Amino acid sequence: MSPTLLVDGGLLAMVVLVAMWTILVRDSFAAVIGYACYGLLLAFAWVRLAAIDAALTEAAIGGGLTSVLLIRAVVRLRATEASAQLEAPGRTLRFGAAVLSIAVAVALGAVVLGLPDPAPSLAPQVAEHIASTGLGNAVTAVLLSFRAIDTLLEAVVLIYALVAVWALTPDRLWGGRPGPKYADDPNGMLAYMARLLAPLGIVVAIYVFWVGADLPGGKFQAGTLLAAMWLLTIMAGLTDVPPISRRWLRIALVAGTVVFLAIGFAGVPLAGAFLAYPEGVAKPLILIIEAASMVSIAVTLGLLVIGPPERSESP
Amino acid sequence: MNGAMAGIPEATTAGGFLLVLMLVLPVLGVLAALVLGGRHARRVAMLALPLGLVLAVMLGAELVQSGQKLVYVLGGWSPPLGIALRADGLSAVMLLTTALILLAVAVYGQADFRMPEGAADARAPFMFWTLLLAVWGSLNAVFLAGDLFTLYVALELLTFAGVPLVCLDGRPETLQAALRYLLFALLGSVLYMLGAVLLYGAYGTLDIALLAGRVRPEPAAFAAAALMTVGLLAKTALFPLHLWLPPAHAGAPAAASAVLSALVVKGSFFLVIRLWLDVMPGIVTPVAGQLLAGLGAAAIIVGNLVALRQTRLKLLIAYSTVAQIGYLFLMFPLAAGLSAMQLPNDPAVTGGLLQAVSHATAKAAMFMGAGLIYATLGHDRIADLAGVGRQLPMTLLAFALGGISLVGLPPAGGFLAKWLLLSTALTTGQWWWVVVMVAGGLLTSAYVFIVVMRALVAVDAENTPKMVVPRHREAVVLALASLSFLLGLAALLPVDIVQIGRPQPFAAGLR
Amino acid sequence: MSGLSLFGLCGSALIGIGLYGLIVNPQPLRKILAFNMIGSGVFLLFGVVARRGAALGMGGDPVPQALVITGIVVAFSATALAIALLLRLHEATGSATLRAPDAERQPDA
Repeated sequence: MSPTLLVDGGLLAMVVLVAMWTILVRDSFAAVIGYACYGLLLAFAWVRLAAIDAALTEAAIGGGLTSVLLIRAVVRLRATEASAQLEAPGRTLRFGAAVLSIAVAVALGAVVLGLPDPAPSLAPQVAEHIASTGLGNAVTAVLLSFRAIDTLLEAVVLIYALVAVWALTPDRLWGGRPGPKYADDPNGMLAYMARLLAPLGIVVAIYVFWVGADLPGGKFQAGTLLAAMWLLTIMAGLTDVPPISRRWLRIALVAGTVVFLAIGFAGVPLAGAFLAYPEGVAKPLILIIEAASMVSIAVTLGLLVIGPPERSESP
Repeated sequence: MNGAMAGIPEATTAGGFLLVLMLVLPVLGVLAALVLGGRHARRVAMLALPLGLVLAVMLGAELVQSGQKLVYVLGGWSPPLGIALRADGLSAVMLLTTALILLAVAVYGQADFRMPEGAADARAPFMFWTLLLAVWGSLNAVFLAGDLFTLYVALELLTFAGVPLVCLDGRPETLQAALRYLLFALLGSVLYMLGAVLLYGAYGTLDIALLAGRVRPEPAAFAAAALMTVGLLAKTALFPLHLWLPPAHAGAPAAASAVLSALVVKGSFFLVIRLWLDVMPGIVTPVAGQLLAGLGAAAIIVGNLVALRQTRLKLLIAYSTVAQIGYLFLMFPLAAGLSAMQLPNDPAVTGGLLQAVSHATAKAAMFMGAGLIYATLGHDRIADLAGVGRQLPMTLLAFALGGISLVGLPPAGGFLAKWLLLSTALTTGQWWWVVVMVAGGLLTSAYVFIVVMRALVAVDAENTPKMVVPRHREAVVLALASLSFLLGLAALLPVDIVQIGRPQPFAAGLR
Repeated sequence: MSGLSLFGLCGSALIGIGLYGLIVNPQPLRKILAFNMIGSGVFLLFGVVARRGAALGMGGDPVPQALVITGIVVAFSATALAIALLLRLHEATGSATLRAPDAERQPDA
């Protein structure tokens, strides 16, 4: 029993236990807090799997932003908690669900353990071609060069999700400001923390973006950090959410995708294919795409957390 | 000779750039609509949709001319490292159908979703046009992407574009239907993703063409096939995962219902075809095929029976969709049966696709017709449809033509589709599907007959219509229904476009 | 690599636990939470697949790692939409349940 095995085993046991508690606990607020802890523990598991980019993303989005979203929801739904508790499912359903879940988990575990050894991998091919991208981070190379269409479509997914959220606006509030008006308490603790943390967060975000070309990091993690700092300043009352009808907000949302498409189409005459990069200029172009996308991701993620408009346009 | 392990560098074919344009044009439309806002969204849609239809026709022409599937290798990186867009006959037909139906819906929807006078911006009109473009973009991605993960992203795009269409008018009941739809769709996505993980873990690629060469009958492949199929069935609303569909499709505004029933559910069905016929033809066992079609048969019977009991027209049409989706899944054991007999599986595949296309056109026409009826009468109670025949003759004719296609009478597309499936069932000795199809046809004809008869009853005192429906809206509905009605004449086409680019293991001379 | 097998088993366990939560909990919010758990379990399995593909100085196969990052973002946006829809439903009807309304009430055209 090597030490690493013990550490891994302990970590994973904690993950599974917290997960079970999150699902089984009766109070929804407790479940949401449990999920937040679960997300952060999972980030550690990703580090142990030597996938640092994924660990950063899981910590930021899976553990961080999702928890903010869930906490916001559980607080607003507090009134329904009492009636929901009465709807507890019967014993037969619990038993049947438990049997099914255990069967699925065991079958999946067996299949996963039975995957071929040596495992097929695209790592050799990535290593062979990564030099042409000028990047040192293989994951960034995959995201922005080899499988660029996935990243492009994913930016579109974020936009579609935001459009769908905005579609839920009450008609009379269309074009208005999302979220409630947060009290402006300049001497309060939250405002102090926002003033301290936000500039730090922005610097860290830019660093994560810049270093993501060669080390773990990149636009998703950086964009999430920027979104979080923006949300912090909003919740502290230092700034207010812009109305969704503002032209500059709409432009900020689509900027990343537009830049991506423009550079992608430029690749047709210059490099022979859509989403191909010309010889030697791949890295600067990729950084331009990442920078524009980082801004769009930050704005989109922030607005996804805040939700549809709840106030009319006038301040 | 199979260089799949090394990954034969795939080359972009002539005309491949059309695939990129078809993928990107709707996305540009959504971005433009978002930035310009307000009444410009409608203009962007009315500009992009005809352009897209032209592109789809060009794509089909290029396909027929070259006789091979069109390929575009993105970024110059060929699979397995990169991703390729591929269009075969199936893709081309679905791309064309989608563009055509969306254009018809756009023309129909002009009256319902015009920006109100004096208002610079309003939610429902802006959202309708933006979501129309979004659905279009997602479907194009589904029909063209050649990588299972890109298809996962495309399915998510489709869900995010379809869900808000359900609750477009903001009524509380539709919000609940939309949430249920979203949860079913998310279940489907997560199961699909799990299957993709197992496939990559076992074979090291998610490219459809490469996987076809690498997949072996082993636990990982079986598990992946099962998981992905169940996930896609949840999205396609096949019995017993169909409960979310009727309230969602019936609660949406008529133009949105047309898009949802005709097109959105066909996206995930298209992926079932890709999975079963392109990725894993040797893996899916005959038993699995019978099981899948068994669920389809249950859908046909249950859907039609429940449709007969409906008192509201839109709910009847929605349950009819549940039933017609069942027909789509009969093609799988029939295709497998033909392959087992060393025969090309053309008839079964063409039958399935034709069923999808004729249902799409007929159902779109029926939902839009129901919308016109509601606008004229102020309600859609089937028992009180008397007088519709006098006030909306073209609409009633469209409803009848669409119904004939759904029942499966000549020369409708539905007839040709069911004929192909029936004859294949007899050829492969699976006569029980013949019984199911005949029963389904009888049940469908029953409720089509009831609706049409009720509407033809003349009333002495003419009801003043709540709104006078312009003739061009009726014309669009009739045009779509006529298309479905005449689709059976496709049998006379010189070229079998559906088979272009499909693997032909048993065609003479190959293999 | 028995250490990696633990991660594979953990991922499978998370999917099972999430599935149980999805079936048993009637509240939509808890269902959304269960979905996220299943999703994270699926991504963890993808991470196991990535780690098994470690070669040539790279700690893992970068392609699955990239797909996981994309997947996490997509899953988040799905959660955001589901929560927005749930909150809007609560605001409009006062309840947050998926239970069907009375049998006679059917959606209007």
